[in-house]
Amino acid sequence: MYLYDSYDQAMVDARVEEFRDQAQRRLEGRITEEQFRPLRLMNGLYLQLHAYMLRVAIPYGTLNSTQMHMLADIADKYDRGYGHFTTRQNIQYNWIKLEETADLLADLASVEMHAIQTSGNCIRNISSDHFAGAAADELVDPRPYAELLRQWSSFHPEFSYLPRKFKIAVIAAETDRAAMKLHDIGIQIIKNDAGELGAAFYVGGGMGRTPMIAPMIREFVPLDQLITYAEACLRVYNRYGRRDNKYKARIKILVHELGKEEYTAQVEEEFKHMLEQGVEPPFAELERLRTFFEDPAFADGAKTVDRSDPDFALWVDRNTHRHKRDNYVSAVISLKPVGGIPGDASAEQMHLMADLAKEFSFDELRVMHTQNIVLPHVRIADLHALWTRLEAAGLGAPNLDTIEDIIACPGLDYCSLANARSIPLAQRISERFAENGRTEELGELKLKISGCINACGHHHAGHIGILGVDKKGTENYQLLLGGSEAQDTSLGKITGRGFDENGVIDAIETVTDIYLEKREDGERFLDTYRRIGMDPFKEALYD
Amino acid sequence: MTDAVQFRFRDDEMTTSPAVTFEACCEQSNATAVRLEPGDDARALLPFLDRLELVEVNFPAYTDGRGYSAARILREEGYTGELRAVGDVLVDQIAYMRRCGFDAFAPATPMDEGDVDAALNRFPQVYQKMVDGRRPIPDLRHE
Amino acid sequence: MKILTGNDLKTGEVIWWDGESWSRHVDDAVDVGDAADAILAREDAARRVNSGYAIEASQEGDRVRPAHIKDRVRALGPTVRPDLTLKPDDPDAIREVV
Repeated sequence: MYLYDSYDQAMVDARVEEFRDQAQRRLEGRITEEQFRPLRLMNGLYLQLHAYMLRVAIPYGTLNSTQMHMLADIADKYDRGYGHFTTRQNIQYNWIKLEETADLLADLASVEMHAIQTSGNCIRNISSDHFAGAAADELVDPRPYAELLRQWSSFHPEFSYLPRKFKIAVIAAETDRAAMKLHDIGIQIIKNDAGELGAAFYVGGGMGRTPMIAPMIREFVPLDQLITYAEACLRVYNRYGRRDNKYKARIKILVHELGKEEYTAQVEEEFKHMLEQGVEPPFAELERLRTFFEDPAFADGAKTVDRSDPDFALWVDRNTHRHKRDNYVSAVISLKPVGGIPGDASAEQMHLMADLAKEFSFDELRVMHTQNIVLPHVRIADLHALWTRLEAAGLGAPNLDTIEDIIACPGLDYCSLANARSIPLAQRISERFAENGRTEELGELKLKISGCINACGHHHAGHIGILGVDKKGTENYQLLLGGSEAQDTSLGKITGRGFDENGVIDAIETVTDIYLEKREDGERFLDTYRRIGMDPFKEALYD
Repeated sequence: MTDAVQFRFRDDEMTTSPAVTFEACCEQSNATAVRLEPGDDARALLPFLDRLELVEVNFPAYTDGRGYSAARILREEGYTGELRAVGDVLVDQIAYMRRCGFDAFAPATPMDEGDVDAALNRFPQVYQKMVDGRRPIPDLRHE
Repeated sequence: MKILTGNDLKTGEVIWWDGESWSRHVDDAVDVGDAADAILAREDAARRVNSGYAIEASQEGDRVRPAHIKDRVRALGPTVRPDLTLKPDDPDAIREVV
């Protein structure tokens, strides 16, 4: 994985001291909250329902064990013993004090981490495929490109006061595991007919109140023009994105209002101009970055497991992903125990995951946007030993991509924007299906819950989505069906009128019953929905 | 309204011509100073760059970042006159403004000189190639 | 009744105006009538509160109940972590919020 050199370290250290000074000026009353807010946000510090919340960047979701241990130590030292892994592969802490934040950031910087641009109207942390560098189906490791973009976007002088936040995802496999087309810019590293690597640019996707799937605006950007092209995309947005209405300020609205062709034409014009400015980093820099993501020293070993223990066999089937080496897998540690809080991990659990990464996965971990943790390179021969340790710690839930593997935003339990609670729903739904025993039978079923229209819980992209709304002061939940954030990206449709908390849990059971009744061989929930449409579900829900 | 220039990073004489509006500048051929509002297209000034001595870029609210693009575009296109940030210009934005080519600052509320000094000297290096001539880190790594 | 709430500038803790100062406990909140803006302006300027605002609430015996669920969650703590709320030993506390 990427390691800082003295340049990177000096920049992050300087940022800590800058924030220390800014926070001090706020505490002394030399700047107002209004002036301080964007500064603290650009350092990931929010004011939430109960306290300040700090969002720490985990660039493209990659961590080593030292960093994970530090995240655990921070949970103990500055928070209340836990953290929450987010849908953008970051971690956030819920009980932070402003007066301690600079010290916390200094601790982070000591392990090459930061909270830079994890909020605010700037380019946010770059996300990527959580199986990058390990997946059997990837073309190349996307992370050198993500790291190139990370450095370019950090402290970008022109693009730090954009109309709205800006999220970039980079993938390099046909299977999209990063919801790439639901980002402001989605980049797919591809190979052209001549066998050269390049980047396909998708611009103007997003969720939120107006969900949109990003159209492709350029099929192939040569790798030595990647930053220049991104710069052109951003400049057109910075100049012409709407600033009159915060709900229309994301780039998706600009692309939609101008039309893909016109936006693309403007980008191409700006790109031509930017090429003359020589803003692209030297190609040698990309080559340097690639050296950090070379394969670890894989060893030989068994290619199959002993399946005599059915619990272990189920976990292997559910929670491991095919690796480019046939005697390795990527193993997923589910942070979705039945009845648990999706994405939360205690300091103790973080320490354990760090230890396991060191022992079993070349010192590397990944955060998934589905709020689970990956050990990317685990020898199949070591799987049983790993699983035994996870089971003992309550981290062995065999439920990846099932109805129990629910994405949920923090909702009204923590978030000042939320209209309804998300977590209790997730807890009760996983309990319901664990009880009725249908989880396995239902197979792949992606359930995503947001507590407000901002869609941090990706409800538009769930096979089943739930959106919490405020109905005259009480919590109400709308149900959506048919979304997907994979390569077959689609946006869910609302079934009809909303439900109260009990009602929506029953409704999900009803919907899954229809699926089980109507499905044909091999169909996932999403496939059945796409084949039979909304009507049978609607009838069962409302008649 | 003319805000007082508090910081100026140039040695030439400050122009005494009042800045005309963007529209006036585009119509009247002899103006040497112009004020851009956030929605004005900086590229429309390209035909007049030779005679312009001062471009003021107004920031009605510091959160409106269009002025950063306007400034950088003017510098990229070869403008060498004074580029002055005017209005809601705050100390915590000034380093980025310098990198985009601003070389004078007329903030609506004066800034503390010590704070400005600290802000401009905070970061030892930069990651991006901008218009201030600084060599970015990726270049320094491969010298 | 109208009560005032906000967060402590330094610690971020949820606080309620008790007539003289800021309390951690919503039940200490007092009706501020028409004085909300004046108190908030003064307290904000003195940096004793961050992002303060006025809300509707009702007095129920010695209890104060904010009208909106969001402020009831703020007053107690996260309903999904009773151990981290202000009333970890009160099994009814969460039900009263919702």
